[in-house]
Amino acid sequence: MVIGCSAGGFSLMFDILLSLPAEFPLAVVVIIHRSRKHKSSMEALLQKRTKVTVKLADGHEQMKTSVVYFAPTDYHLLLEPNGTFTLDCSEPLFFCRPAIDVTFESVSDVCKDKVIGLLLSGANQDGANGLAYIEANGGLAVVQDPSSAEVDVMPSSAIGTCKNPLVLNNSDIFELVSQITALKRTLN
Amino acid sequence: MSDFVHTISFDDLVEITKLIRNVYGFDFVGYSQASLKRRVTRIMQLNNLSLFEIRSRLTNDSAFFDQFLTEVTVNVTEMFRDPGFFKVLRNEVFPYLASFQRIKVWNAGCSSGEELYSFAILLEEQGLYSRSFLYGTDINTRVLSKAKKGIYELSRMKQYSENFIATGSAHSLSDFYTAKYEAATISNKLKKNILFSVHNLVSDGVFNEFQMISCRNVLIYFDVELQERVIQLFYDSLCMLGFLCLGSKETLRSNEMAKRFRVVSKTENIYQKIA
Ligand SMILES: C[S@@+](CC[C@H](N)C(=O)[O-])C[C@H]1O[C@@H](n2cnc3c(N)ncnc32)[C@H](O)[C@@H]1O
Repeated sequence: MVIGCSAGGFSLMFDILLSLPAEFPLAVVVIIHRSRKHKSSMEALLQKRTKVTVKLADGHEQMKTSVVYFAPTDYHLLLEPNGTFTLDCSEPLFFCRPAIDVTFESVSDVCKDKVIGLLLSGANQDGANGLAYIEANGGLAVVQDPSSAEVDVMPSSAIGTCKNPLVLNNSDIFELVSQITALKRTLN
Repeated sequence: MSDFVHTISFDDLVEITKLIRNVYGFDFVGYSQASLKRRVTRIMQLNNLSLFEIRSRLTNDSAFFDQFLTEVTVNVTEMFRDPGFFKVLRNEVFPYLASFQRIKVWNAGCSSGEELYSFAILLEEQGLYSRSFLYGTDINTRVLSKAKKGIYELSRMKQYSENFIATGSAHSLSDFYTAKYEAATISNKLKKNILFSVHNLVSDGVFNEFQMISCRNVLIYFDVELQERVIQLFYDSLCMLGFLCLGSKETLRSNEMAKRFRVVSKTENIYQKIA
């Protein structure tokens, strides 16, 4: 599962991560826009309260289920065909590095129809193309309902770009996430 | 990249990599597949080329390959990128470098030269430049010719000046370049002891002995095996007690190598060869 969020989306993203059970059956990759000038301790703060492991993604690190990976500031985050991460310092996209589009597309290239892309509140169009790409590769494209987003530019442009995205309000997003765990339990 | 027409699979990428190796002798085998795929897709989009077309252009058109080589690797760079790194360099590495009679610096994967000129400025500032010599190398001839000119967009200097201030310098960056129209030209006195030339980290070997080697944001694109080979090359090219500087996301991972270096700065990934 890949999550992209920016202005106005942080607190919902926190709550989603806090809701994940320790044995959450997917790996979670989170791309947020934040300034490189400030050292952020977001991951450490979250880790204290979440049941899943939360960390910054390292280059060459193997992606694993039940772990939440944040893209480090000032690098794009890519996924290799062998399931390891690569950090990439190429040009920013929409003035953003990490950019949501870059990671959404890269994860989709590798995981194809086994990807859930979730795009939350934000003030630019980053993420829209990436989410459409996930959708075209057979993955599930989920967008926060613009009317429940604090800043609706990002979800609205994704809805404009994707063919048939799943548009969910906040409580339905939590429902979806808990269904993922439940479904996995049933399959086992 | 919502354009789904100009795209390739990882299998196609392997084919292209083989083709390039056979025709031009450049080996991209140990490079990040995810990054290469992104770059090749971008080249196809910009030039409106199908997979078939890009393969035939690569086979038959060496001028196109030149352009391809420029685009397929990531050349993004800045002056004084990661100011914290340059601060540690000034405060903890340069006092040590000062004890060497001659200071030879190798900036591997120097791109268009911004990083190398940053070193030159720092050495000049510390009164060490006159006994230093700096080598900048890259695989990409286009970025190297930009590096030799040492002319950068004036609009970028604002960010670079902020970086420079953040390194804790008492100087102003404008002491080291002249501004004319939209261009900032690095002072000639800083270009005296500098040489830019082609060197491929994958296929070329040791060419000198250095007191300091800096290779930043190059190894992030290499797989573990290639990374280790290149680190060995750096080890072999360093004098005893010489310094190795890596990028902010690059560390000495192998235990074998870690034993031969002392960690000077854990956060900035600066090492000193001790065995
Ligand atoms: C992202 S830039 C890094 C520039 C600078 N060191 C910095 O950190 O700002 C990476 C550079 O490595 C060069 N490069 C890639 N493969 C190389 C190789 N095999 N040998 C030498 N240079 C290489 C690329 O051409 C590019 O200019």
